[in-house]
This record gives sequence, structure tokens and C-alpha cells, in this order.
Amino acid sequence: MKTLRKYIDNKKPLFQKGGKFSKLGSTFGAFETFLFTPNHTSKSGVHIHDSIDLKRTMIVVVVALIPALLFGSWNIGYQNGLAFGIERGLFENFFFGFLKLLPLIVVSYGVGLGIEFISAQIRGHEVSEGFLVTGILIPLILPVNIPLWMLALAVAFAVIFGKEIFGGTGYNIMNVALIARAFLFFAYPSHMSGDKVWIFDLNNKVPVDGFSGATPLAQLAQESSTKLASIHDMFFGFIPGSIGETSTFAILIGAAILIFTGIGSWKIMLSTVIGALSIGLICNIFAINEYMALPAYYHLLMGGFAFGAVFMATDPVTAPHTEKGKWVYGFLIGALVVLIRIFNPAYPEGMMLAILLMNIWATLIDYFVVEGHIKRRMKRFTIKGNA
Amino acid sequence: MSNTIKIKKGLDIRLKGKAELVIRATKQSATFAIKPSDFKGFFPKLSVKTDDIVKAGTPLLYDKFNPEIVVVSPVHGRVAFINRGDQRKIMNVVIEPDGKEEFEEFPVANWKETERDSIIKLLLNSGLWPFIIQRPFGIIAKPTDQPRDIFISGFDSAPLSPEIDFIIGDETPTFQIGLDVLAKLTTGKLYLGLRPASKLSKLSGVQINHFEGPHPASAVGIQIHNLKPLNKGDIVWTINPQAVLFIGRLFKTGKLDFSQTIALTGSEVIAPCYLKTILGSEINSLVDEKTKNEVTERIISGNVLTGTKTDRSDYLGFYHNQITVIPEGNEYEFVGWAMPRLNKFSMSHAYFSWLMPGKTYRADANLNGEERAYVMTGQYEKVLPMDILPVHLIKSILADDIDKMEQLGIYEVIEEDLALCEYVCTSKTEVQKILRKGINLVVKELG
Repeated sequence: MKTLRKYIDNKKPLFQKGGKFSKLGSTFGAFETFLFTPNHTSKSGVHIHDSIDLKRTMIVVVVALIPALLFGSWNIGYQNGLAFGIERGLFENFFFGFLKLLPLIVVSYGVGLGIEFISAQIRGHEVSEGFLVTGILIPLILPVNIPLWMLALAVAFAVIFGKEIFGGTGYNIMNVALIARAFLFFAYPSHMSGDKVWIFDLNNKVPVDGFSGATPLAQLAQESSTKLASIHDMFFGFIPGSIGETSTFAILIGAAILIFTGIGSWKIMLSTVIGALSIGLICNIFAINEYMALPAYYHLLMGGFAFGAVFMATDPVTAPHTEKGKWVYGFLIGALVVLIRIFNPAYPEGMMLAILLMNIWATLIDYFVVEGHIKRRMKRFTIKGNA
Repeated sequence: MSNTIKIKKGLDIRLKGKAELVIRATKQSATFAIKPSDFKGFFPKLSVKTDDIVKAGTPLLYDKFNPEIVVVSPVHGRVAFINRGDQRKIMNVVIEPDGKEEFEEFPVANWKETERDSIIKLLLNSGLWPFIIQRPFGIIAKPTDQPRDIFISGFDSAPLSPEIDFIIGDETPTFQIGLDVLAKLTTGKLYLGLRPASKLSKLSGVQINHFEGPHPASAVGIQIHNLKPLNKGDIVWTINPQAVLFIGRLFKTGKLDFSQTIALTGSEVIAPCYLKTILGSEINSLVDEKTKNEVTERIISGNVLTGTKTDRSDYLGFYHNQITVIPEGNEYEFVGWAMPRLNKFSMSHAYFSWLMPGKTYRADANLNGEERAYVMTGQYEKVLPMDILPVHLIKSILADDIDKMEQLGIYEVIEEDLALCEYVCTSKTEVQKILRKGINLVVKELG
């Protein structure tokens, strides 16, 4: 390691002010701090700092995503096998899927980090770590058949218009990964919905008889709940869907990691579930049509609910910053998901839209929480003043 | 009469190097100094010139706007240097002691019968006044103010902090005199916050409250907030226990006695212990050869959360009764963010220190990461036992929004109250620096 450090120290002046490559300073800094935690020590205030930093935080989220990523890889192979009647073993399925997923991840990181580096360079900032997570989230919430150029376009759009124009990581108002998905959803709907997109090659080849590539949500929209996959299949994720979102089980492992490390807000996760269940149960009571009759807990297993609740809604930048606000925010996301699914058949999936909408409301929720806090403080003042 | 208050939020940072309860020998400091930068809300003007002979108790500095507030020499001797920095700012006034035991005399004989005004005058003349700090803002109190109450925190919960009970030692009666004097300064109450087991619980004429729980339980701002919160327009005074002793001694004997017991702590100290010294001693005389010298050391006057970075040629801070020596940590760590870091403490469960509750750590001054925009939320709230939204307060300061600062509670906090927020911050925000900037702005705007 010492040789590597020496090498970096040797090259460093080239990238600093006045150096030959000073225009690449941010890029150099990003790689340097990736390899070595910097030697900066505290200059004001506290003399010691907690070991946690943004790189560690982001890497924990990436680790939490690994179960969903591994399962997603396997499921690509498994679903493909089902569709075309091919028998494969566990590892064959996994590698089949992994090879399909890898290009998506590479393109996502390549395009996203490229833009991050360039914009950090233009501003003369350090490169922030936000995209480490976003870059892996985006492929996981897309169908496997998405063309790479579309992915590249969506990532570019999301990073530039979702984040960089607001000032970069920490300043964006909407979840960047979901902006990428929303962009594709509205720009290229034929590649983002329907029965053909979720299973590799299903858009090119004819499947075996009787195979439908529809996701449970689509089945519900098109046909009836009688054909729905079993609870077991939906929970463990043996169903068509976006790459990372099918297995509620794998996502729950990730949720456990996020909650134990304290990096994801359990308040948001819990209140999202409560929100969805409450509206689901109310609909169950009326149950005028099949949608409304669908048992409330099905909503937790279908579509992007679990993935959204664990990895998207908990994004600390776009969620409310107050603890009370987080409860309200989560509850409303859960409620909106079920409402969109039931009362808006045009979009079978409500999670993306519910979270994006609540992202915009998050500031408003915070505003009311802060105003309430201030009012309470002021009241304390007047009570005392009268006494 | 006492009650117990449980502080639930907070964090005890477990560091190596707590002082053993023994007093070890130390060299007599060759020089003593007063540093104007220690005083908040004080605009220093010189009362002496180089080579003047001063007694213990002779004024060295006075405040430009309140000339009756003075800072005095802790020892008898000669003014050796007056060091100045940029724009001729006074850095310190250095006194070379000559071994004579001569003191300014103060008439304290009948203090029990004297009026509040004469006691204030005595405190001002004796140079003990700068120990009285007002809230809001944490600046030196104005002698003309009528404080609602006076608060004293009689223990210290900061990392490696000294045991106040041990520092007071057998001077409890003197401490009691100090309390009796202070009680005359307010028409309200005199509050003393203690740990439940403290031997000071027997003191009289003071409202004693017991505090349980982690740091910042000992921060006087936290105690005020949990007992009788400060509102706009309220003024309370605070004073540290060491200064209560100084006041007690003055009113007992009529002489100033600035001797103090300090703790020498930190992972780089060979045998952390207590030392007897005099206010304003040179760091070198105290640290001497007592450190390990294995790595570059950072010597802090005070504790690791709120202390000031110093070096051996510098002097112990006016309000400090502790020196902490930790590694500087100006080294690179290969992929540090991915390492298990079993030897580093963290509040976050993204590391493993929470699994080893008994372990103590050798923390260094490395930032452990780079400064970033705010990303994580809810961290500050976990270590601030106050009904305050800390991140919103900090943001209102960054936006120079005085109305919001007021509404969000800037009157209730000073740096030490929010120090832990800065420690736990993922984004390495300089919370204390920003807070002081906000306080200065409010002071300037509101007079």
C-alpha cells in the first residue's frame, strides 16, 4: 500500500492548482479518496469525529441491495427458462441472469458517474458519493429487456435534471433513481409495461404455450385475481417483474441491514406499510370490485412496493428531514400506492408515482412540522409571560 | 430538596486515558499567560505594559465597552511579553513569576451583610467576574443585568472529563461559601446540577437537581432546558465549579488563590492523572515528559469535544481544567470506508463498536471522511436532549435568517450543547463554528 500511496503523492501536484492536469482535480480526488481515506484532521469544533462518513453510508446501502441483486439475477434466468421451456440449474440461472444484468449496471454507473465527475469538475467540487447507490438502484427497478441506449438516456436525464441542476447530492428534491424510471415510463411506455418486457428475450421470441409474462399487477388489471401467482411465489419472488423488486424476501434482508445499521429510517418503512394496509383494509370493507376485494396484504408483496418502501422512500435527502414528518410521509406513500393501484387502472404500478409525489410534498410536511414546533415553543413563551 | 432528571438522548464516547484519582507532582510553570481569545463577548484593552510588576490580582486587561470588567494576573511577577497577532490583535499577556507571594487585598470581612452591588463590585475588581457567563449567547455576563436564575453544573460528563468531586476535594466548605456569595446575585434561584452519587449533594442554600444519563447531561444549557427553559428576553447566569471555588476562597480569606487541580487525560498520556497547578500555566510544564511520543500528538486544552487545539508552548485555557492528548491522525487509511475499523468508535451501527460496550478507544483527530452536503437526517436529534430541531437551526444560521434562529431556539444553545451533533455528523459539518457565527450575528443585530 505504501508504494501505491507514494505513487499517488507523486502524481498529486500535477492535479492540484497550477498543475498540468488541474482541470481533472475532482476526478483525481475522487479516486484518491476512494483508495485512501484522507489525512484531514479537524480544524474547528470537536477534535474527534465519528468513523461514519458518506462513503461508508452509501456502501452499506449497496450491501443491503446485494440480496435483491443476487435474487434478481437468478430470477432473470429462471423466468427465461420458464418462458422458453429451458431447464437450468441454480447457478446456470444465476449466471444467465447476471450476464444480462451486468451491462445494465455498467451502463448505469458509466453514464451516471461520468456526468457526476464532469459536473463536479465544472464546479470545482469534490465528487459526492450519492450515485454509488443510485447507479445500482436504477437497473434494479427496470425490466430486463430495456435497451441500453434508453437506460443511458434515462440515467443522463435523471442525473442532470434530477440532481445536478439543483446542486448535486444532498440538494435534489426528487429521488434520482425514480426520475430515471419515470422518464422511461412516460417516454418509452412500450418498453416499460405490458407482458413482453419483464422476461429476457420475450419481446423477440415466442414462448411455450400458455406462458404469460404478465406481472401480478398486470394480471390483476387485465384479467382477474384468480390467475394471480401464489402468496409464496410473490413473497419469494418467483414472478416476472423489474429485476430487483420481485423478491420481498430478499428486500426484507436488505431492510434488516438498513434498520440494524440505522442508515435506513425504520419509521418510514413501517409507516409506509401501515399506510398501505389501512387503505387496503378500508377498500376491503367496501369491496365493490375485484381490485378492492384484493386482500390488503397482497399490496405489500406485489409490484415495487417492498423495494420502494425500503430503498426509495427512505432516501434521506428527498424524505422529510424531521422525525415526525417521516411518519406522515411514509403513511401517505403507502396510502397513495394502494389508491393509485385501485382507482387508476391506467397505471398498474403506483409505487413510483406515489414516492415521487410525496418527494415533492416532503418539504411541505417539514414546513408544517417545523411551524408546529415553533408554535409550541412560542406558546411556552406566552404562558410564562402571563404568569 | 432535590429531584432526579433522566437524560435519555446523548452519547458517551468511550476513550482511552481517563485520569486516575491521584494527584501527581508537576513542574512549576516558568511563565503564566492570559489569552484574550478565551473570553467571549470581551473586547480586550491593555492595563499594563511590558516589564510592569504585577501582583496576583492586578488587572491585565479590561473590556473596551464595560471597563469595569477586568482580567487579572494569576501570580505575582513581571509582565514579560505582550504578544500580538494580525492587525495587532492581542494574543496573550505573559507573566514571569518572581516567587513572591504578594496579593491584592480585597475587603471581604462582612460580605454576608453587604449588598448585592458591593459583591458585584468585589467580583469585578478581583477579576473573577469573567467566570460568570450569561445565557443566552454564552458571553461574559453584564454586571448591570438582573439574572432570572443562576445555574451551576457540578459534574462533567464529557469524554475523559475530570471528576469535579475529586477536584473540589476537601474544599467543600469553601465551595459552600462560593455558593452563598452567588446566591446573593439573583432574586431567583441558584441551581446546582449533580450526579446522584455526588458528595456535593449535602450543600445548602442551593436548589440541587440530579441528572442521570449520557453526555451532554452535564452541559449547563441542557440542564437549564430541562429545568426552566430560557425564553426570549430571559437572562440567566452560569458559572463553572472551579470558579465557584475561586470565589469561595476570595470571600474566605480576602485573597485571590488561583491554584487549581486539573486532569491530564487522553490515550497518549503515559499515566493519566490529576495535577495541581495555577490558572494560566504553560502546557509544557504540565504535559512535560508524560506523553508516549509514539505518533504526532494533538494537545487539547479542555476536552475533545469543546477544547482548543494548543501546543506545548501555549497556555491552559482560562475556563479549562483538563488537558487531553490524542493522536493527530494526519495519516491516510487505505480504503478506510470499507474497512471493519474494529478499533474505531462510532455511534453508527455501520461499524461494530456498539457490539463491544466495554471497550475503550484511541480516537484521533482525523475527520474520518470528507465534508459533504447534508444527506443523512435524524442523527443530531439522537444526541441532543432538547426540544430543538438542530439541523433546522443550523440551516437558519447558514441562511442568515435571524427570525428563524430566534424561533428555532438560538437563545438556548451554545457550542458545547451541540458539540455531540458535530461529532456524529456524517457530512462532517462544522456545527460549533456555524453556531457561534449565528450567535455573533444575533448579538450584533440585537445589541
